[in-house]
Amino acid sequence: MHHEHHRQQRNGQDGRGERLAQGLAWFSIALGAVELLAPRSVTRSLGMHGQETLVRAYGLREITKGVGILMADDPAPWVWARVAGDALDLGTLASAYGDDNPQRENVGMALLNVAGVTALDVYCAQLLSGRQSKARRSRRSQRPMRDYSDRSGFPRPAEEMRGAARDAAIPADMQTPAALRPFTTR
Amino acid sequence: MKALVWHGTQDIRCDTVPDPRIEERGDAIVQVTSCAICGSDLHLYDHFMPALKKGDVLGHEFMGEVVETGSSVRNLKVGDRVVVPFTIICGECEQCRRGNYSVCERTNRNRGLADTMFGHSTAGLFGYTHLTGGYAGGQAEYVRVPFADATHVKVPDSLADEQVLFLGDIFPTGWQAAIQCDIQPTDTVAIWGCGPVAQFAIRSAVLLGAKQVIAIDNVPERLDMARAGGAITINFDDESVTERLNELTQGKGPEKCIDAVGMEAHASGSIDSMVDRAKQAVMLGTDRPHVLREMMYVCRPAGTLSIPGVYGGFLDKIPFGAAMNKGLTIRMGQTHVNRWTDDLLRRIEQGQIDPSFVVTHRTTLEDGPEMYQTFRDKEDGCIKVVLTP
Repeated sequence: MHHEHHRQQRNGQDGRGERLAQGLAWFSIALGAVELLAPRSVTRSLGMHGQETLVRAYGLREITKGVGILMADDPAPWVWARVAGDALDLGTLASAYGDDNPQRENVGMALLNVAGVTALDVYCAQLLSGRQSKARRSRRSQRPMRDYSDRSGFPRPAEEMRGAARDAAIPADMQTPAALRPFTTR
Repeated sequence: MKALVWHGTQDIRCDTVPDPRIEERGDAIVQVTSCAICGSDLHLYDHFMPALKKGDVLGHEFMGEVVETGSSVRNLKVGDRVVVPFTIICGECEQCRRGNYSVCERTNRNRGLADTMFGHSTAGLFGYTHLTGGYAGGQAEYVRVPFADATHVKVPDSLADEQVLFLGDIFPTGWQAAIQCDIQPTDTVAIWGCGPVAQFAIRSAVLLGAKQVIAIDNVPERLDMARAGGAITINFDDESVTERLNELTQGKGPEKCIDAVGMEAHASGSIDSMVDRAKQAVMLGTDRPHVLREMMYVCRPAGTLSIPGVYGGFLDKIPFGAAMNKGLTIRMGQTHVNRWTDDLLRRIEQGQIDPSFVVTHRTTLEDGPEMYQTFRDKEDGCIKVVLTP
């Protein structure tokens, strides 16, 4: 019963944060790949001609964060990094939301989308941060340092046992050839 | 019966499954009295090994009592107390006759799959994917033991379960790792990892007479246990492994290096492991071979690398130039368990070593799923878990 409770805890709320983070990570990688490989189509649709290098850099950033989330033991900082990236994206898009931009409508849609993703990122980051601090607290309380300094397995001090099994026969296929023993004596 | 069943990544449950029965004339059924979670089970838990199926019963370290035998079984009878090696062996093929039991030619019933993956099949293993036969494992109340005439080690009643249980895997694995080094009295043996196999490798290297044994890890209680066994320790969080190893060997490097870590090196312990972890995440890589890289780099020229740690697939950025130019000898493989068990059982009976030192957690089979996580996360000082069905 006790363990069932723990399992539910792990697969319940904690699992939700991680699943969401994984989804965001793959979204990051996919978006990053488009920005990195097809920056011109991005700038064209947003009326940001000449900004291809910036879009490529943003693509690299997205991929880094996506992979970071997937590989991290603790993905929370990476998801927070996504939130920071969202702010940068929003700033960049806002600067392109001028009356003189013929693609102003597209930029507006992009702003709305990024705002939505930002909300999702913040929610996920909070979910993960809460879980991490809980896990850290519980590790501190449940993991007292155990003392194994008397666990030798030997009947006498290890130093006295050194070489006690020198009578063991080393099979021919596991012996070091004599020519490879320049530094040892048998 | 109750058994620990794999349902998916990090999802192991204690389920009720059908009791095993005699399928072949050479089978025996063993009622399990004790079983353990092995470090290599964690590769299954984390799903780093291919060819797992939902519903697979796990476990390859177990012992118990024979309760039924097939009609052709001659060397076992009902009531015998046995440790069952994790490698299923016929005892008759060319490899078995040479003592290369872990590559028995006859016991992997999915040899086509293994031939495709590895070029040639290896032995069947209990509870260790369909690549090695898809045999049900021993984290259960009962197990079917195929090729039972050869696949067993009889143990005397005078020894407790925990003193002999590890003859089925981690003790001979640590022992073979040290034997493969052909240890000389002047040798320094460096051992990466301080998990259960490493703990036995440390003690084996000491018993075989190494001048100094150096153990590398970052978990304090595991380093404690390593020191208790006679090792000098290096905490890789606190100091450079290569610098310290060179310091301890007058700049020459250890003659013998043992990789008791394998494919899941600490993901954030080094930059190369972080890159490996990223590649794993996007399915561009299978293993994190940081230890292999470090061993090849730091080992003394003409030295020996011994690899009991399990690897599963394709390894990147291996400094093979260093290994080749330094003339290193590399010995590796799954353990030829029965090659060593008579000798090791004798040493246990003589009191040279008591393998139960490594047990840190004892509980019931029902608690198994929880203990997988505890063991994987090294929580609560967990080094070795023994389960009682």
